[in-house]
Amino acid sequence: MAELLEVRDLFIRYETVDGVVEAVNGISLKLDKSSTLGLVGETGAGKTTLAKGIMRLVPNPPGKITKGEIIFNGKDILKLSEADMRKVRGKEISMIFQDPMTSLNPVMTVGEQIAEVISIHEKVSSKGAMEKAKEMLEMVGIPAERAEEYPHQFSGGMKQRVIIAIALACNPSLLIADEPTTALDVTIQAQVLDMMKKLKDKLNTSMILITHDLGVVTQTCDYVAIMYAGEIVEYGSLRDVFKNPQHPYTNGLFGSIPSLAEDVDRLKPIKGLMPDPTNLPKGCKFNPRCEYAEEICRCQSPETTEVKGIHVVKCFKAQGLV
Amino acid sequence: MHKYVLKRFAMLIPVLIGVTFIVFFILALTPGDPVTIILGDNATAENIAKLTEELGLDDPLLVRYGRYMLNLLKGDLGKSYSNQLSVADQILERFPNTFILAVAAILVALIIGIPVGIISAKKQYTWLDNTFMVLALVGVSMPVFWLGLVLVIVFSLNLRWLPSQGMGQGFMGILKSLVLPAVSLGAGSAAMVARMTRSSMLEVIRQDYIDTARAKGVKESTITIRHMLKNALIPIITVVGLQFGQLLGGAVLTETVFSWPGLGRFMVEAIKKKDTPSVLGSVIFLSVAFSIVNLLIDILYAYVDPRIKSQYKVQSALGRRRGE
Ligand SMILES: Nc1ncnc2c1ncn2[C@@H]1O[C@H](COP(=O)(O)OP(=O)(O)O)[C@@H](O)[C@H]1O
Ligand SMILES: [Mg+2]
Repeated sequence: MAELLEVRDLFIRYETVDGVVEAVNGISLKLDKSSTLGLVGETGAGKTTLAKGIMRLVPNPPGKITKGEIIFNGKDILKLSEADMRKVRGKEISMIFQDPMTSLNPVMTVGEQIAEVISIHEKVSSKGAMEKAKEMLEMVGIPAERAEEYPHQFSGGMKQRVIIAIALACNPSLLIADEPTTALDVTIQAQVLDMMKKLKDKLNTSMILITHDLGVVTQTCDYVAIMYAGEIVEYGSLRDVFKNPQHPYTNGLFGSIPSLAEDVDRLKPIKGLMPDPTNLPKGCKFNPRCEYAEEICRCQSPETTEVKGIHVVKCFKAQGLV
Repeated sequence: MHKYVLKRFAMLIPVLIGVTFIVFFILALTPGDPVTIILGDNATAENIAKLTEELGLDDPLLVRYGRYMLNLLKGDLGKSYSNQLSVADQILERFPNTFILAVAAILVALIIGIPVGIISAKKQYTWLDNTFMVLALVGVSMPVFWLGLVLVIVFSLNLRWLPSQGMGQGFMGILKSLVLPAVSLGAGSAAMVARMTRSSMLEVIRQDYIDTARAKGVKESTITIRHMLKNALIPIITVVGLQFGQLLGGAVLTETVFSWPGLGRFMVEAIKKKDTPSVLGSVIFLSVAFSIVNLLIDILYAYVDPRIKSQYKVQSALGRRRGE
């Protein structure tokens, strides 16, 4: 299958008064056309930063991409001019942000907000753009006549549908969805996710789905990347990672999948907390929380090594060294 | 909406009663007697008595106040003590000049204040932002008459570019004579508008919907205007409205420095002469003008922010249900 996106050795940091936040630390990943990658990790792992990095929307200051390449459709988008990058955003790569309640402009009608992205990227009259915006609304299950309404007249789930309509309006080849359902009611989460999946299959869009819900990953994704402290600690096909998890952190995540009986909605899988990103531990960044950690884990950072095929892991134990 | 407007005007009635009452009694209690001021120091006792009676000044204070309010109800603002001309006519003759000056000053404030505020917010904590905000602080604290005098010295007396006194003839003439008073009157408001624009922009600049707009590929200039400024507009409108109301009534100093034939100067002259009907008439007129400006601002809110509009709708629907 053809390759759509490749991130190579990407570093992103925020320079704040409290110190340098090392949010993304040497991430590499690949994504094929029309496939879905689940990006899983605790809050603060750097998922949103990575996603904004791919869009080149890391707020600067304080944020900065300090190293790496992002190859999209064969070209390094980190080398594009800002004007060329704007042609990529919304047209080739779209992004859905975490909180639908605050992601729509309160003083523009939802129709205008969908039409805006269409008129930026397509040669249509403003009337044509509005026509298409209404079609998009229908596609996400909202009656076209509601185009004249403002965001405050919609519920959270409806808002997220509008945001999805904006993201898909120009038929992008990549959709990055940053925890698209986390802020929604449980009952609506499944609906919205289901709709996204259908639309993405229909429009043949690739997707990076950011989540901390492994259930969502199993339902939607072809590949999984497990992220911890700005690194991808394990990557592979859904099957590989779920059937044969290698990293102690991945194992910890699976151990904490909430069963129906328990009422757990946030991932707090393993004892301890994420390290302070302004002061990351030496060696393997997971070692303070790892029950298998030994001397080598505390002084050296493990390389990413192959388990089998595309399945890779970043751990001395998995490599048989401890 | 109609009902809302009517209600707002009804609320003006107690305000006017209060304001006229206070002004009436302050003028009555301050030393000096309009009759001697009109007739001069060497008037005969006979003339004084006659004029006092003519003006009805020998009646008790409350009676005079009551008489004034009754006439006001009939729409009669009375005659000036000093020249026996109709107060209403004199106000209507001067108010347009004050209005022109206030509009010009607010334009100065908008043209300077909004861009400065936007740039400051977008370049927060850079040297440019710091410079602008220091200037704004100076602008807010600078006395209007002082700036007026400096402008006159530089641009009229030294450079001889612009007139310093009175109002010119014809469109260009008026425009030329308007520049200096409008700038000196508008500078303080420009500083206020700049500061409010900056802080209001900073509120919206990091909102999630700005990220959404960027992710759509919207140009930065469009983001600034359509997505940021439009959302930051409510507090800015509030400040502009308040400033405009103040400019209408508070151009006294500027009108004096520049001999501008407006209502402010008329009022000052009237106070000096203890010309109660002229002062009261002006105060009433300005209170009404101020209320109208505030009302227009409130209506403007609804146009700028759809959330406020639907609030109004909900309120009037509730009102209808209650049978108001
Ligand atoms: N604008 C910012 N300025 C400073 N630090 C930030 C900023 N945005 C995110 N961070 C920090 O970067 C780290 C990664 O955050 P984020 O990418 O949001 O993680 P996630 O999406 O996985 O929860 C966190 O420690 C967070 O505090
Ligand atoms: Mg996040």
